[in-house]
Amino acid sequence: MIDNFIILPVLVHMFTAIIAIFFWQKVNIQRVISILGSSIGLVLSLKLFLKTQGTGILTMQAGDWQAPFGITFVSDTFSSVLVLLTGIVAISVSLFSTAAVSTNRIRYGYFAIFHFLIMGLNGAFLTGDIFNLYVWFEIVIISSFVLMTLGGRKPQMEGAIKYVAMNMLASIIFLTAIGILYGITGSLNMADLAVKVAQIENRGLVNVTGLLFFVGFGIKSAVFPLYFWLPSSYHTPPSSIAALFGGLLTKVGIYAMFRIFTLIFVPDHFMMNLFIIVAIMTLVTGALGAISKNSMRRMFSYLIVCHIGYFIAGLGLFTEIAIAGAIFYLIHDIIVKTNLFLVSGIIYKARGSTDLRRLGGFYKDYPKLSILFAIVLFSLAGIPPLSGFWPKINLFQATLTANSFILILALIFASFITLYLIAKIWLEVFWKGLPKGDIEKGDEFEDLPGEKKFVLILPVVSLAAVSIFIGFGAEYVMKISQKIAVEMIDTQPYIHAVLGDLLSK
Amino acid sequence: MNSIILKTASSYLLPLLLMFSVFILLRGHSLSGGGFVGGLVASIAFVLHAFAHGFDKARAIFRTNPGFLIPVGLFLCFIMGAVPTFFGAPFMKGLWLEKSIPGIGHIGTALFFDIGVFIVVIGVTLTILFTISESDMEQEEV
Repeated sequence: MIDNFIILPVLVHMFTAIIAIFFWQKVNIQRVISILGSSIGLVLSLKLFLKTQGTGILTMQAGDWQAPFGITFVSDTFSSVLVLLTGIVAISVSLFSTAAVSTNRIRYGYFAIFHFLIMGLNGAFLTGDIFNLYVWFEIVIISSFVLMTLGGRKPQMEGAIKYVAMNMLASIIFLTAIGILYGITGSLNMADLAVKVAQIENRGLVNVTGLLFFVGFGIKSAVFPLYFWLPSSYHTPPSSIAALFGGLLTKVGIYAMFRIFTLIFVPDHFMMNLFIIVAIMTLVTGALGAISKNSMRRMFSYLIVCHIGYFIAGLGLFTEIAIAGAIFYLIHDIIVKTNLFLVSGIIYKARGSTDLRRLGGFYKDYPKLSILFAIVLFSLAGIPPLSGFWPKINLFQATLTANSFILILALIFASFITLYLIAKIWLEVFWKGLPKGDIEKGDEFEDLPGEKKFVLILPVVSLAAVSIFIGFGAEYVMKISQKIAVEMIDTQPYIHAVLGDLLSK
Repeated sequence: MNSIILKTASSYLLPLLLMFSVFILLRGHSLSGGGFVGGLVASIAFVLHAFAHGFDKARAIFRTNPGFLIPVGLFLCFIMGAVPTFFGAPFMKGLWLEKSIPGIGHIGTALFFDIGVFIVVIGVTLTILFTISESDMEQEEV
C-alpha cells in the first residue's frame, strides 16, 4: 500500500527549513515562513492522527524497497499521537520565538535549524527501521547542539559541551547495540526484528543487547544514574529553545524505549525489576535535586528528570493499565513541560532573573497572567481536574496490583515534592513582595509593543488550553492511551502491517 | 604561500580537478564515487587555488557566495525526492528515463539527487573554509 501522506509531517519541516535558508539575512521573512511552516505541519499531523485513527496502522516503503530490506515508515496510534504533540509544540515555540529570540540568533539560522530539529523528531517517531531511527536521532542531536550554542555565551558553551559529549556517547552505545542486533538477526526492520528476536534461543545475549539499548536511550532521556548532563545544560539556552528541549527532546528517548522494549525486547522478570529500580531512583533523586535548587529553570530541569521516572515505572510494570498511564502522562508532560519553560521565559523577560530569591510580586503586577501561569503550574502538580492527575491514578492502581510498595512510595514522594515545589514557586514568585534593590534591569516585558506581548502570551494560552482539554477530556485521552497500550502489548497488528504478505509465506 | 610552481600548477589543476569531480559524480551511481566525494574534490580545487593565489582570488573566481549553494542543493534534493510522488510512487523512488543518453548514461531522479548533494557539499565546505580564512585575517590585522 502506497501512502505518501505519512512522511508529509517530516517533509513540510524540511521544506520550511530550506526556504528559511534561502532568506538567510531577512529576519522578518524567516519569522513568517516559520509560523506558516509550523501551522501547515500542525494541520498535517492532525490529519495523520485522524487518518491513523480511521484506517488503522499506515505504512510506507521509502523508495519502493520492500519491507525487511528498505526503510519503512509506520504510523500507528503511538507515533501519530507523538507527531501531533510535536506539531502543537512546534507551532507554539515557533510563535514564541518570533518575539523572544533575538534578531542576531535568527541571522545565524535559528529558524532553519529549528525546523530541521522538528523534522528529525517527526522522522524518529514515524520510522519503522532501527538504523533509520539512529539517523533521525543524529539529526536531532546535531540540530539541538547548534541551537544550544547559537549566540556563544560562555555558560552556554559549558552546558553544550556536557550535552553533546553525553549524547554522542549515548549515540555510540546505541549504534553498537544496533550492530550487535544486526549481527545476531541480520535485519534492521523493527517488525522483522520483533519476529526474529523472539526466536533466538540465547536469551542472555538478547538481554545484554537490550541493556545496551536501555543505556543508550537512558542517557538520552535522562534516567538515573545517567541524567546529570541534563540539569547542567538545559538552563543555559534561551527559554524558547529550552522549552523545545524540555518538552520534546528527552521524550524521544522515552518513545524509543517504549518502542524497542515493547516490540523487540519484551522485558522478562529481570528487565522489569531493573526498570522499576531505575524508576524509583530517578523519581527520588530527581525530586531531591529539584528541592535543592533556587533558580526556576534549574528546578524545572530536575523536575524533567524526576518525571521521567513515571514513564520508566510504567514500562517496568508492563501491564496494560500501567502503560496506558505512562502514555497518558507522556501526552500531558510534553505539553506542560514546554509551557513551563515558556512561562519561565516570560517571567525572565519581566524580571530579568529566574532566581526565586530575587523574584516576587508577580501577582500584584500581572494578575491576569498569574492566573494563566497558575493553570500551567497546577496542571504539572496534578491537581484534579487538571491534566497531571488522571495518569497518576492509573500508575498507582497498576503499582498496587503489582504489590511493589517501594515504587508506590517513590511515586507518592515525587508527586508530593512536585506539589511542594509548585507551591513554593507560587509563593516566591507570585505572592511574595518584590525584594528591593535587586532589580538591575527594568521590566522589559512591560515595555514590549502590544503585538509582541500577544505572540509571547498566545502560545502559553493555547498550550494551557490543550492542558485543560487533556484534563477535562481525560476520557478521550485515556481511550487513546489504552489503545496505544493494547497495541504495545499485542504487537501482531504492527508486525502484520509492516511485513504484510511476507509473514504468510 | 608564494611559490611560482604552485601558482602555475594550480591554474592548470583547477579546471582539471573540476572535470574530475564531475566524472566522479557521474560514475557514482553504481561504482564508487557520487555527489559527496565529487563535491569534496570540487571544493579541493578551489582550496588549492586559494593556497596558491590567496583566498580573495579564489572567492573572485567563485563569483557567488558559496553559502547560497546550500539551500539550492537541498532544494534540488527535495524536489527529486518529491517527483516520484506525482507519479503515484513512494517518496524517493528512483525514476529513470527509458533511453540512455550517449556519454552520460541513464538519467533518473537519483542523478539529480546526487547533483543536489554535490552542490550542498561544495557550498558547505567552501563556506566553512572561507569563513575560517576570514576570521584568520581579522586576527592578523589586530
